[in-house]
Amino acid sequence: MLTKLIGGKVYDPANKIDGQVRDIYIRDGRVVDRPRDGEPVSQEYNLNGKVVMAGAIDMHTHIGGGKVNIARMLLPEDHRGDPVAHTELCRAGCGHVIPSTLTTGYRYAEMGYTAGFEPAVLPINARQAHLEMGDTPIIDKGGYVMLGSDDFLLRMLAAKKDQNAINDYVAWTMHASQAMGIKVVNAGGISAFKFNQRMLDLDEKNSHYQITPREVLNTLSRAVYELGVPHPLHVHGNNLGVPGNVETTLNTMAGVEGYPIHLTHIQFHSYGTEGDRKFSSGAARIAEAINQRKNVSADVGQILFGQTVTASGDNMAQFRNHAAGSPHKWVCMDIECDAGCGVVPFKYKDQNFVNALQWAIGLEIFLLVDDPWRIFLTTDHPNGAPFTSYPHLIKLLMDKTFRNEMLSRISPDAQAMSTLASIDREYSLYEIAIMTRAGAAKLVGLHDRGHLGAGAGADITVYTDQPDREAMFAKPDYVFKDGELVVKDGSVVKVTWGTTHTVKPEFDRGIEREIKKYFDAYHTVNMEHVKVTDQHIADDGRGRVQVHECKGRREKAV
Amino acid sequence: MSNITSTSTFQSITCPACGLLCDDIHLARNHSGKLSVTQNGCQRSISFFSRAALPSSAKIKGNPVSLDEAVAHAAKLLSASKQPLFAGLGTDVNGMRSIMRLADNSGAVLDHMNTNGLMRNIQTVQNSGWQVTTLTEVRNRVDLLLIIGTDVVSVLPRFFERVVWNKESMFGQDTSQREVVYLGGRDLDISAGTSPDGRKPQALPCDVARLPEVVSVLRALVSGKKLHATEVAGIAISDLQNLSERLSKAQYSVLAWAPPALNFPHAELTVQNIADLVKTLNKTTRSSGLPLGGSDGDMSANQVCTWISGYPLRTSYARTYPEHDPYHFSTDYLLANDEADFLLWVSSFNPERTPPATNIPTVVLGHSTMSFEREPEVFIPIATPGIDHSGILFRMDNVVSLPVEQLRASELPTLSVVISAIEKAVTC
Repeated sequence: MLTKLIGGKVYDPANKIDGQVRDIYIRDGRVVDRPRDGEPVSQEYNLNGKVVMAGAIDMHTHIGGGKVNIARMLLPEDHRGDPVAHTELCRAGCGHVIPSTLTTGYRYAEMGYTAGFEPAVLPINARQAHLEMGDTPIIDKGGYVMLGSDDFLLRMLAAKKDQNAINDYVAWTMHASQAMGIKVVNAGGISAFKFNQRMLDLDEKNSHYQITPREVLNTLSRAVYELGVPHPLHVHGNNLGVPGNVETTLNTMAGVEGYPIHLTHIQFHSYGTEGDRKFSSGAARIAEAINQRKNVSADVGQILFGQTVTASGDNMAQFRNHAAGSPHKWVCMDIECDAGCGVVPFKYKDQNFVNALQWAIGLEIFLLVDDPWRIFLTTDHPNGAPFTSYPHLIKLLMDKTFRNEMLSRISPDAQAMSTLASIDREYSLYEIAIMTRAGAAKLVGLHDRGHLGAGAGADITVYTDQPDREAMFAKPDYVFKDGELVVKDGSVVKVTWGTTHTVKPEFDRGIEREIKKYFDAYHTVNMEHVKVTDQHIADDGRGRVQVHECKGRREKAV
Repeated sequence: MSNITSTSTFQSITCPACGLLCDDIHLARNHSGKLSVTQNGCQRSISFFSRAALPSSAKIKGNPVSLDEAVAHAAKLLSASKQPLFAGLGTDVNGMRSIMRLADNSGAVLDHMNTNGLMRNIQTVQNSGWQVTTLTEVRNRVDLLLIIGTDVVSVLPRFFERVVWNKESMFGQDTSQREVVYLGGRDLDISAGTSPDGRKPQALPCDVARLPEVVSVLRALVSGKKLHATEVAGIAISDLQNLSERLSKAQYSVLAWAPPALNFPHAELTVQNIADLVKTLNKTTRSSGLPLGGSDGDMSANQVCTWISGYPLRTSYARTYPEHDPYHFSTDYLLANDEADFLLWVSSFNPERTPPATNIPTVVLGHSTMSFEREPEVFIPIATPGIDHSGILFRMDNVVSLPVEQLRASELPTLSVVISAIEKAVTC
């Protein structure tokens, strides 16, 4: 069966197509160049004047796992404001800051997104993350598994184990957790908090292991690179939210010996200490550093005003910041000598100086980083704002007049501390397509997504070109997932189950003997039971698992 | 497992009999499919695995019928209902997923058989949040374990063996020096709290009903308040003062409670007081709460309900969208006030957890050996996760989930299969 999308303006940066009018053919869920000789077209869509892009990819969104479900449990009052009724096609749920899994899938699809990646999968909680994502319909998904505060790695570092052994452990963890990448959160800091340390700067030692975050970051960024994992080490820096943390972030970029790293929700790590209130924007310095260092990419973690909830593996930072939360209730957990989590509701206010400046800092970073292939559109859902606010954020980036009008409404003191009004840049549709499609797919390591060339999975979003970019991106005309029409006029018309993306880097299985011995001595579960199987993910007809290639694997160091 | 009909032995099997989900059980299976624990058992696991696989038939009003007839009758009763209640919910993750789908399609209320206790914890999370920990952290870090209102072992038999008196620990702690204190309760069996070298635990007994006062006093002392009283509920303030000082000095204290044991009105406020006490300790040192529970799939039911509906248990789909009410949507309340006209009761792990007495039409999807004082309208025997089929369960700490295995051939249908059949029959 062949589907033809006729005459749309195509924005496909991976193939350097910038708004040219093209026809697109879809066969068996894939984009193809052209029909075979004599092959009939079964279905046509006239897209004359419409904007056509690949389906959008959220490369950092908290959609599954323990902390997400804790956040749901914590906030019944928020859900009550956004009930989602059962329809003929879709099941019931609730939305707003931390939606139920089903509603998450529907709403992402209705916004033209066809994939989302959970960035904080704890190895010991990976099965839950996959179970929740398994109940998230339509979109593709995957996760980055957290290392860096786990006792086994810190032990290896303290014992000065060689890099090859560490690489084996990292690869073993990716297999066991069915992960697409490696995430490090407050390197060594979650562990340090369990030993009652309250801060851990880049060169400060964890009091038990005598290991610094810098050592953890160097080792893990090298491991990811040497294993050939396409997604660079995903780094949630130390000192989140602390005024002056811009120095830590700049040092982190400089400190990884040129290995590729991705700095996530960098807005929360770009704060200076200037001004009367000792809180200022470090955006210009951060953007300059990203512009210069080609091994570095970042997503912003933009905050937008209103109620949300922050859910993070960084229980050290969440504990530190809980007093600023609203409503005033919060959960922190120490987890299995492996990781932790902290869930703190936040209400960002435009008249609050700090919140207003955080908003401006995020936008400054977006606009001052030159290369859209290395900066990504996120709100760190739900930490900066729920993902449903992406169309609003896109409008802020594409429409200077609108942005300045919004700027004029925030705390005047924050306005005075921001250079935002002087920045003229407006993102183009091509650049938005890079940030949310082509660049995101490349960064995550999805070879067949995020573009519309032959062979790509036919995840395609069609918009009406409107001057109001928020309205345009909120409600696509059509969304195709693997070639099937799943959304029409901004509403789900078909429910499918997406694919779970993983990588399985090669490693020396000998490491498993060590890990097993360790689990038997210290843990409360059998090592074998930590492993997430394909069946756990795809049971009951919930999609399938796709393993991506780890190209460019490096030989073992001598 | 190569052949699930022959005799065999198993190692590293996960036991669903309590919230610990011990996964080191050794089992033997004889030619008739009977299982027996050969190593690492406890009273609960021995009785759980040794329950016979009785050939069992579906029944309508106590009379044997075919599965199809039972399903058709159950579907008819459900279709006729204006307000169905799905309760018990003793099942695994996939079983609960199917329950959620049917509840959504039929406008049912969801409540678990353990929720009267569990809700005390859920309400604490909803009201104030908490700082809690998981079993491997306890095993490797705890230096002072304060147990409030329970003996622990009647809820989680191997708790001390697995996470308190373990020989090895990650950070070089001499685990035999761990301090154990029992606060509240009368005539508790505290023998498990005795250290391997014979050191007895401290006990500060009082009536459970007076724990609200005792916990408040301890929290006040930890917060640095001075009290004029010299005793509370029979416990000397000086003993509590001493305990408060030890908690403040401890490097990683753990405060454990079992919600069902706190069986007095508004016990959620006492749980909240414990949670706030832990938060206070964390201003200067490290401390964590540890809620004890997790039997009959309650953690699994609550997790699945929360991610699929957005709300924890005691959630209703009556108005086509989920609504949550910790009081109104309780089984006891709905039955006492005639607000439900159909009960679907699920208990796949435990034949002793039979449905509450009620006059409304009741469909029981239960353990094959379940028997009734009064036969329900429909009884369908279902497979037990972790014996008759594989599945996934959440442990008591709500973080770790473990796969459970099929250990013997079984003709019993899984809960998901029966629910799907009912769903189909309702739709037809």
